[in-house]
Parts: sequence; C-alpha cells; structure tokens
Amino acid sequence: MSERGTQLAVGERRGMRYGLGLLAWIVGALWIFPFAWTAFTSFKNEQDAQAQTLHHGLSFGRYSEVSHSTTGTLSLATAFTNSLVIVLVSTLIVLALAVPAAYALAIRQVPKWRDVLFFFISTKFLPVVASIFPIYVYAEKWNLIGTRQVLIILYIAMNLPLAIWMTRSFFMEVPRELIEAAEIDGTSLINQLRQVILPLAAPGIAATALLCLIFAWNEYFYAIQLNFANASTMPQWVLGNVSTRGNFLAKLSAASTIACLPVILAGWAAQKRMIRGLSMGAIK
Amino acid sequence: MEAADATLIRAGAKGRVGDPFSSPWRRRLPLLPALVVVIAITQLPFLVSIYYSFTNLKDKTQSLIPEPTKFVGFDNYKQIFSDPFFRQAMWTSVKMTVLAVVLSLVFGTLFAMLLDRKFFGQGLIRTLLITPFLLMPVVAALIWKQQMFSSLFGILNKVLTFLGLSSVAFISDHPLGSIVTVLVWQWTPFMMLIMLAGLQSQPADILEAAEVDGASAFGVFRQLTLPHLRRYLELGALLGSIYIIQAFDAVDVMTGGGPGSTNVPYFVYDESIGGGFRYGSASAYAIVVVIASIIIATFSLRVLSGLLKDEDRA
Repeated sequence: MSERGTQLAVGERRGMRYGLGLLAWIVGALWIFPFAWTAFTSFKNEQDAQAQTLHHGLSFGRYSEVSHSTTGTLSLATAFTNSLVIVLVSTLIVLALAVPAAYALAIRQVPKWRDVLFFFISTKFLPVVASIFPIYVYAEKWNLIGTRQVLIILYIAMNLPLAIWMTRSFFMEVPRELIEAAEIDGTSLINQLRQVILPLAAPGIAATALLCLIFAWNEYFYAIQLNFANASTMPQWVLGNVSTRGNFLAKLSAASTIACLPVILAGWAAQKRMIRGLSMGAIK
Repeated sequence: MEAADATLIRAGAKGRVGDPFSSPWRRRLPLLPALVVVIAITQLPFLVSIYYSFTNLKDKTQSLIPEPTKFVGFDNYKQIFSDPFFRQAMWTSVKMTVLAVVLSLVFGTLFAMLLDRKFFGQGLIRTLLITPFLLMPVVAALIWKQQMFSSLFGILNKVLTFLGLSSVAFISDHPLGSIVTVLVWQWTPFMMLIMLAGLQSQPADILEAAEVDGASAFGVFRQLTLPHLRRYLELGALLGSIYIIQAFDAVDVMTGGGPGSTNVPYFVYDESIGGGFRYGSASAYAIVVVIASIIIATFSLRVLSGLLKDEDRA
C-alpha cells in the first residue's frame, strides 16, 4: 500500500481533484465517527454521556472507575491477564506449528502440496457450530470448562490455517539461490531455517503473529461458550460494563476504548503488511 | 472439503509404500504436527457431531430427569424440515450475508478509488478508514447499539429530533438492517484494502497508453480497471462470506436473537449451549449447515485454486 496514486482518472481537471480529495476526508470522518465519539464520551461524566452534551468538562474519571471493579465481578486486571496469556501462548504455538509446515509447503515442497494447502484452508469453511458440541461435551467431561487451556487450544485451531497460508507466501519470496547455496554448504535444516530463511521472512512472520493476536484478542463466541467461569477474557469484561440499572454509557465507552486500544495501535503500525495476510498471500 | 480430504488420504497412502524413512517422508515430517493438531481440533469433533446428530443426546446436568442417550435414526433430520424457525434462520443468514458482503464490497471499492490518488492526508485517511475493522466485534456492536441507534441516548435519534423528524426505534423495528449496518461498517475497510491492492497492481503503462489514445476516464474504468479488479472482487466476496456467514457477536449483542435477526449460528447456539441443551438435534442442524457450507466452499475453493494457478504462472 504505497503512497503513490495511479493516474486513474485520465484527463481529470484540477477542481475535480480537490473535490475528490475533500470527499475522501468526509468519508474518513464519517467512518471513524462512531468510534471517535465513543472515545470522546469516555472522558465525559454519565449525565453528559446520556444527554450527548458537554456541560461538566472532560476527565479520566471513568477510566479509574472501570479499572477498580467491585468484588464479585470480573475485574479489568483479571480479564486483561487472561486475554494476554491466552493470546500470547496460542500465537506462539501457532507459529511453532506453522513455520515447519510452511517450510514443507513452500521451500522443500511435499508432493501434492496444493491439496494439503487446500485442506488447511477448507477447515476455515467448517462452521464453528459443527464442532462446538463435542468440544463442549468433552471439555465438560475433562473439567476444562472455564479454563485458559480450552481457549488456547481452540484459538490454535482457529488461527493455524491462516498462519500457514501467510507464512507459506512469505517463504515463497525467499530467493531460491540462497537456500540452494546453504544446502551445498551442508547447512543443516534447522540452521537453514535459522540463518537464511527466518531472517528474510521475519517481517512477514511478525505480521502473521500480529494478525493471530488480533483475531484471538477479539474472539467472543468460544469465550462465552466455554469460558463463562474463571478465565473470562476482554470481550466479556466489556459486556460486563453494560448495566441494567443506572447510567453506564460513559463507563462503557471507557471500557470499550481500553479493550480495543492495544489492537488498534498494533493494527495502525502494521497496516501495510496486514492486507497481505488477510488476502492469504494471494495478492502481493 | 471432502474432495480435499480424499486427495489428502490418497497422497498419504502413496507415501506409505516402501521405506517409511525415505525422502518423501522426511519432507512431510515438518508438516505433521500442524496436520495432526488441525485434524484433532476441527475434523474429529465434526465426526462426533455427525454421530450426535443421530441420537437424542441432552446435557445431563441441565435436565431434571436425565434420560439415557439412544439412537434415534433420522428423527432429528425429519424435524428440521418441518421446523419453520430453522427455515427462517436460514433465510435470515442468507439475507444478512449477501447484504453485508455486497454493500461492503461496493463501499470498499468506492473508498479504494478515492484513496488511490494523491491528496493531502492520504495516509491519515486510510488509517482512519481501517480502524473499524480492528475493533472487537462485541465493541463495534455495542457502539452502534448504545451510541448510535439507541432510542434513549442515540446520536441518530438526537439528529432526527433536531431536524424536526420523528425518532426511529432502529434496533427493534429494523433488527436485520441494524446488524447489517454494523457488519458493513466493520467489513468495508477490509474490502477497501483488498481493492486498493488491486488498483495499485494495475500496470501503469497500459493506463498511460489509454490516456495517450484519448480514452475517457469512464472508458478506462469500464474496459481496463473493472476487468482487472474482478479477481480481487471475487477474493473479497469469498473471504467476507467465510467470516460474515458465521456472524454471532453482532446478533448476540444487538438483539439477542430477537425476531427477524436470528441467523443460523445464533439459532444453533440457542438450541444447545444457549439454553436448549439438546445436543442431538442441534448437531443435526449443524450438519445441515455444513452441507450448505460445502456447496459454497466448493465454489469458493475453485476461486482460490484460480488464484494459486496465477501464482504458478507468475
């Protein structure tokens, strides 16, 4: 996603060019508005938030309120730690599995590698509901309901196909000659990976890891099904700030902002590479 | 999906002939851990689901009088086709997915064309536009429900009242439209990024040649850009459908499965873990969903296969 613009509209006039630039600004402002407004509301007090006015000034009051939760409810610290552990551990395992698999699919290709690749991606077409009951029944049997482990296992399965596709496409770009030279020198497989392939594919692998982190951080369906007890994650914490009594809009806005900020910052930093990952390497 | 399975088994069978440590097997070794994990966590439970769908399995802890699980043949499947609520959920799923995918593709393409030209603040606007895609789906749904659509304190109704119009109960009167709005808001940036990649991969020399030949802007778009973008449109539609057809978060948060907004994932959830705890019949619903997905997947994999072949040629 370079900053260059193609000369799409041939012979377009100057006024029209400024007009289209202005239109882009309007569209950008409209699209960010719901979130920007939420971030803004998080600094108001509850009265102002409800009336959508601003009479009482702005403060960080709501942020300290949501981070000091009352006993008996899920606290920010607990949810954040759970999310962090689950997301990091699952992503590390995904990478540990995806890198060797991508090696076998891209560099020293196994026979029928295209079918294997299809198989991996086809598991993403399998609706979640098709496998959730046996997982639930067995998780119950093995006392895994409400643990971090069960979510780690599920997030590995959720992200692995995508990670393999992405890593493979980044490995495909490592120049053949370098690998062949290493082979002639008698470099072992592990050292080939460590010294030649991984350094070159590192930015791609980082983008892969980031995407896995984002998907796992935002995941809600499995979390609510299998994890309503002790290992609740951030989406559940945000929803916990919706109350049926009293005013909560400003507090909810603060909670939403806290929950999304890590992923938004990461996404902004990596936006140029992310598209490669999301299009599964099919688009360069 | 099954075709891929079958060829995989065939590929495995061929390798087994002869010495297990022969070179093809050493090559496959790095692939095995990933393959085993994916099969164990996604394929095995699916097989168990098929078995459940022929039983009357219920959650023992959730029923007052636990009855023994027994084999009921095709009873669960017969029940599906006489269940008007399931048919309704199927129809809702189709409407939700098609509307969200088509609208976000249209908006995404338009936004990509706006961004694909130099203007002041290009990078900033792109950054702002992709942000909704990064949000937690739960938060995105909450933002629209509480801040935008709410009839008590929503901005939209404040604006309508200010303009002297009567307020609208968006979520209760238009549940499907409200959910689709959130989905389109989140998925337009994704489509935009794909289309932007497509626009920027256009060979500049051909566009210049068209300019020299005096082609009109619209003519260039219709005859050069649009055919070039076809592949990217297909990819966007395919990836969008995979994710949007499984939309659960937005439905759960916005309406909690109210009338007209229960899609298939929410329906199956409601039938089982969400309160029904009838795993046997819920599995049968799930299997029907899988069959529908296989039909979509067969078509989609063909698109992907086309993309891979292009990569080979390059």
